[in-house]
Amino acid sequence: MSEAKKIKPPLTESDVQLLKAADRVLINGTIYTARDMAHRRLCMAIESGGELPFRLEGAIIYFVGPTPARDGRVIGSAGPTTSARMDAFSTKLIANGLKAMIGKGYRDQNVREALQKYSAVHLSTIGGAGALLSKHIVAAEVIAYEDLGAEAIRRLEVVDFPAVVAYDCYGNSIYEQESVN
Amino acid sequence: MRHIEFAKVVTTVGSLCISAAYELGDDVLGALKDAAERESNPGATEILEQLLENARIAKKERIPLCQDTGLAVVFAEQGSDVAIKAEGGKTLFDAINEGVASGYERGYLRKSVVGEPLKERKNTGTNTPAIIHHWIVPGGSLKISVMAKGGGCENRSKFRMFKPTADRGEIIEWVVEVVQQAGADACPPFVVGVGIGGDFERCCFLSKLALLRDLREQNRDEYYAELEADMLSAVNSLGVGPQGLGGDTTALAVVVEWGSCHIASLPVAVNIECHSHRHRQAII
Repeated sequence: MSEAKKIKPPLTESDVQLLKAADRVLINGTIYTARDMAHRRLCMAIESGGELPFRLEGAIIYFVGPTPARDGRVIGSAGPTTSARMDAFSTKLIANGLKAMIGKGYRDQNVREALQKYSAVHLSTIGGAGALLSKHIVAAEVIAYEDLGAEAIRRLEVVDFPAVVAYDCYGNSIYEQESVN
Repeated sequence: MRHIEFAKVVTTVGSLCISAAYELGDDVLGALKDAAERESNPGATEILEQLLENARIAKKERIPLCQDTGLAVVFAEQGSDVAIKAEGGKTLFDAINEGVASGYERGYLRKSVVGEPLKERKNTGTNTPAIIHHWIVPGGSLKISVMAKGGGCENRSKFRMFKPTADRGEIIEWVVEVVQQAGADACPPFVVGVGIGGDFERCCFLSKLALLRDLREQNRDEYYAELEADMLSAVNSLGVGPQGLGGDTTALAVVVEWGSCHIASLPVAVNIECHSHRHRQAII
């Protein structure tokens, strides 16, 4: 098995072009969380010309809604949620500079085409391993949409956060089957 | 008539919610270990071992197994000789909901319930109301089972009305199709709950009730035990594998519950459950 590639956001086009489907990556630095409702709000902000809560250019978004942190800890359990629910929003975010997403499961044709057109990648990490993955998160802070609770946007600092390239910017996928939903 | 204190139900339900979120049952751990040993795909073995490592970390460091600590689905089997002692017109259902709210708060679990589904989708902040199934059984005790059901796998569950003349082969084929469509999205390896018979809503209930069975136990009926084995082998020949990345282990188990039905009907429901199969029970 090949050695994992270290990546650090903000990602450039050439960073993304080095990543191929099935590559293992270890992410270090700042990433942002967003799930369904946060995606809807981000897209509405883009459409209305409003300000976004973080800089989208080169950013990595992690599809996660963590459990509450115990006292003295930075975060609770924090594994990926189903990527497909974000399909309708991701294309717009990719067109506006988003370079990578982390989730679980398949992406639709529109997202896969956007990854190629704008040089971005979709990463997959282990669904249902939220305890293990939380060990790679060293800081967390809610930065927007606090009213959404677990679904609020958080800025996370991660250390060697493990993922695999599920869809690269060349149209390749790690999955043998495509989304059928 | 035996009386059970309202507060006893509240604390019992709360504790069940917490232990379900932090500790996998021995049956699920055993099934994951067996699968890791049997796998011919090294990548799949590695993922299964990471899931076991996740379970060890969750238990030892008190971090929930999964960030989706679920909708609380509660099954209450109330003995006919048991009454709940409560004041102010409160019922067993109130006790269960109070227990869920306190367990999810005390246990640092995620509150994943919106009070209304379409207009505003506002989070209730308590993980209530729980989904409560209640029925009366003979005897003097109250059995409560709590299942923490994740949204990702629930979203991939399906229901279908077959013709009453359909044979078992057609049903196996459809169950396999549902599992394939769930694929990587719903966190395989799955536990596949199958309800056969009943009516529209009873059938779906049966598919969820099936998931309460200890995975080390066989179906009580030989015909259905064999059906489960055939379904499992058909599902595992798909090659979807852990996380959808290939392997022999697409499901850890298929569990079937059946019920009587109309002469015109053969309803079948498939309730997809992820590998983080979390449920606990207590008898008061």
